[in-house]
Amino acid sequence: MSDWEVVIGLETHAQLATQSKIFSGASTAFGAAPNTQASAVDIALPGVLPVLNAQAVALAIRFGLAIGATVAPRSVFARKNYFYPDLPKGYQISQYELPVVQHGTLKIVTDAGEKTVRILRAHLEEDAGKSLHEGLPEGLSQSVSGIDLNRAGTPLLEIVTEPDLRSSAEAVAYARALHGLVRWIGICDGNMQEGSFRCDANVSVRKFGAPLGTRCEIKNLNSFRFMERAIEFEVRRQIECIEDGGTVVQETRLYDPDRDETRAMRSKEDAHDYRYFPDPDLLPLAISAEEIEQVRRAMPELPQAKRTRFETQYQLSSYDASMLTSSLEHAEYFEACVQAAKGEAKLCANWQNGELAAALNRANLDIAQSPVPAAALGGLVCRLVDGTLSSKLAKEVFEAMWLGEHGGLADAIIEAKGLRQISDQGAIEAMVDEVLAANADNVAQFRAGKEKAFNALVGQVMKRTKGKANPAQVNDLLRQKLNASA
Amino acid sequence: MIDASLATLAAALAAKQVSSLELTQAFLARIAALNGTFNAFVTVATEQALAEARAADARIAAGESGPLLGVPIAHKDIFCTQGLPTTCGSKMLANFVSPYDAHVVTQLRRAGAVMLGKCNMDEFAMGSSNETSFFGPVRNPWRQAAVPGGSSGGSAAAVAARMVPAATGTDTGGSIRQPAAFSGISGLKPTYGVCSRYGMVAFASSLDQAGPMARSAEDLATLLGAMAGFDPRDSTSLERPTENYARHFGQSLSGLRIGLPREYFSEGVDPAVASAVREAVRWFESQGARTIEVTLPNTQLSVPCYYVLAPAEASSNLSRFDGVRYGHRARQYDDLAAMYANSRAEGFGAEVKRRILIGTYVLSQGYYDAYYLQAQKLRRLVANDFAQAFTQCDLILGPTAPSTAFDLGSKNGDPVQMYLNDIFTIAVNLAGLPGMSIPCGFDTRGLPIGLQIIGNYFAESQMLAAAHAYQQATDWHQRTPTEVAL
Repeated sequence: MSDWEVVIGLETHAQLATQSKIFSGASTAFGAAPNTQASAVDIALPGVLPVLNAQAVALAIRFGLAIGATVAPRSVFARKNYFYPDLPKGYQISQYELPVVQHGTLKIVTDAGEKTVRILRAHLEEDAGKSLHEGLPEGLSQSVSGIDLNRAGTPLLEIVTEPDLRSSAEAVAYARALHGLVRWIGICDGNMQEGSFRCDANVSVRKFGAPLGTRCEIKNLNSFRFMERAIEFEVRRQIECIEDGGTVVQETRLYDPDRDETRAMRSKEDAHDYRYFPDPDLLPLAISAEEIEQVRRAMPELPQAKRTRFETQYQLSSYDASMLTSSLEHAEYFEACVQAAKGEAKLCANWQNGELAAALNRANLDIAQSPVPAAALGGLVCRLVDGTLSSKLAKEVFEAMWLGEHGGLADAIIEAKGLRQISDQGAIEAMVDEVLAANADNVAQFRAGKEKAFNALVGQVMKRTKGKANPAQVNDLLRQKLNASA
Repeated sequence: MIDASLATLAAALAAKQVSSLELTQAFLARIAALNGTFNAFVTVATEQALAEARAADARIAAGESGPLLGVPIAHKDIFCTQGLPTTCGSKMLANFVSPYDAHVVTQLRRAGAVMLGKCNMDEFAMGSSNETSFFGPVRNPWRQAAVPGGSSGGSAAAVAARMVPAATGTDTGGSIRQPAAFSGISGLKPTYGVCSRYGMVAFASSLDQAGPMARSAEDLATLLGAMAGFDPRDSTSLERPTENYARHFGQSLSGLRIGLPREYFSEGVDPAVASAVREAVRWFESQGARTIEVTLPNTQLSVPCYYVLAPAEASSNLSRFDGVRYGHRARQYDDLAAMYANSRAEGFGAEVKRRILIGTYVLSQGYYDAYYLQAQKLRRLVANDFAQAFTQCDLILGPTAPSTAFDLGSKNGDPVQMYLNDIFTIAVNLAGLPGMSIPCGFDTRGLPIGLQIIGNYFAESQMLAAAHAYQQATDWHQRTPTEVAL
């Protein structure tokens, strides 16, 4: 298999986070009762006309800027003609020859290193409605299908890569990076279950150095895991097909996650002739340099820029900075935490990337769902800094915070559980003296050169204080006394 | 009153010499008497009209006045009217009742006009004779055996027969001007974008334009004043200050430069038509206008250009009539494809099918460049012809149609012969210019002849002033059709 090269291009439909539809004033909210969010325009009554949603355009520009693309000063809406019951006009308004975003790039990181993926284009279009084949109201016969046009007219940005991806891992890395980016810049909520972010993969194989092979388009990749498995299955299928002396037929295939395989949906011969032509109901979309500037000014700091800033402003390692900028939520959490921790960035980074990340991972939660808010974690860090807590005690407090005990606040937990570190030099000294007096053997062993005996003595002191004595002070005092009396 | 102008009616209403209810009843009685013969109305909205008349009378009694307040009008059945059937002359929409009003309908409703009903038309506005209507042909009030022209044939015949003082029409390739000429009335197609297309069932979106049909230029100016205006629901609607379209009335014609296109006075024109038009031109010269021969070299090509572009847009615009959400659905079908095929095969008439097929063909892969793109280039050449001509003249005069009204059935066998009827009107739509037709004489059989006046963009008031001046000096527009008694 190693002499085969895999070639993948991805097409992603990202639902733009607008309040209303791309060509009508109807709401885009998810989950309403069927056809309650379909206006006269959405159901394509005779005589209705589309009016472009300016917000959708602004979001497309934002994406173009985020991937360093050209935002076309003039782009054209076209009609893609085909008949389907959930396509009310009998055509989809899309962009064909002149898309709004042209030629950008996105960096991805895989085990093989960093790679730049070229994005050929991103264009605005409307979504279709949904056909319902089950769950229809009582009393309807089995042979009836329903149509829900709530989704019809929802704004989409279709983002198309060049065939630059060379493995399922790269395809997934790209999809994840894109998913992170569209959420980062706030143009798409990225909800894959609700279909806000959907990918199709064009997959082909060739011998290294050979011209491009025949591609198949795989649809229905609604999770990163399915994408990886579908591509892997498809690659195997194509290679086996060619090695068995067959030829790959250009077709659209559907991934079936239950059987973990792709199945032919329609061949090129059955493909529609969409009869694209410029939509005469809409003027060409003209975008001025000022409009682009306006969007640029409102643009959030992009991941790369934020990562660099974190390294310099907070003196973080590049590892820490990249972890903390893996999503906008991570970055926002971090900066809120630092603020609450009065600027103790390194400790905040350690805790966020350490204890918090591990706990979230165990609980299978996003950082946005963290039971410990950023301000609370910052409060914990404060108590570490001021010596109220040792790291060991801090972990104990963190666990209580995670469980929401005492309002989830470090100070309340410290107070209620008496977890305050003992840093009183006199009190610790008294206890050290007691321990030295009561453990003559250990003292003797230590003096005989057994370092282990020292640890036992520390343990004794900690035990007497229920672990609350400041370990550094205990160490210092013990050593001082042992050395002094030697 | 049946024969009075809009201005006379408005004055009589304001002076309370007659009530809107009385007027409405009088015209409804006239429709009841004549519609059986002429078939100008598809729907007569008796109850609604009487209610609207009473409402208008109440407004008048409250001291309101306006040029259309309480005045009866009718709409071409292509305009969506809330609560009334909007059939577009098709079996496909025979059962369709619109839940909303077209913009033009709203405008006239606000002005207080009383709608008597919906006028017959060629199916989906595709025709030049009103013979393609599912509801049967309309007969010409000047000769029952003859067609009234089309596609706004019902509106033209209704106005000519004094069933209504004025009506709306639409013009995609001559559908206001040619029936106005054939029926001996006045009709104006405004500059593309002057009247909103919202709620007007689309035939060819880039060419369709609503306009007034009445018995005089003065009445056209009144009606257009109410119909025109920016509408944010139509992206091709133009944002312009409101105009008083009669503001140039009474101005001298001296120095007016009249362009006479060589191609409009060629041998293809019926001698009676040519001579009446020349006579009208001489009258303008007698008033001090200067005539200049201009050339519109692409006139011949405008017909094939139009019959590529209009069907292309229509094939897509009519896709929404699929029997899924509204309109005709076949009783018999085994699957989805058959539902579409049967519903559309049954719902559309022959001419509509012909144009859908042509349009589908010219947009198909492999033909798009040769037909659609080529026609778009031609369209630019046609517009350039006019731009060139208007550097030399202010208005262009010529015949509206090469002949007078032909007899029903006489051109049915040959669609190309039928299409050539529009040779002098089509180019105006391709260029987006305003054009109008006013009566200028009769042929030997007593059938009316139309004089076409074409203006530069937004020259409606200038055209109307010229037409008004002519109508002050002539009485062609005041003649009563021979087949109806007053």
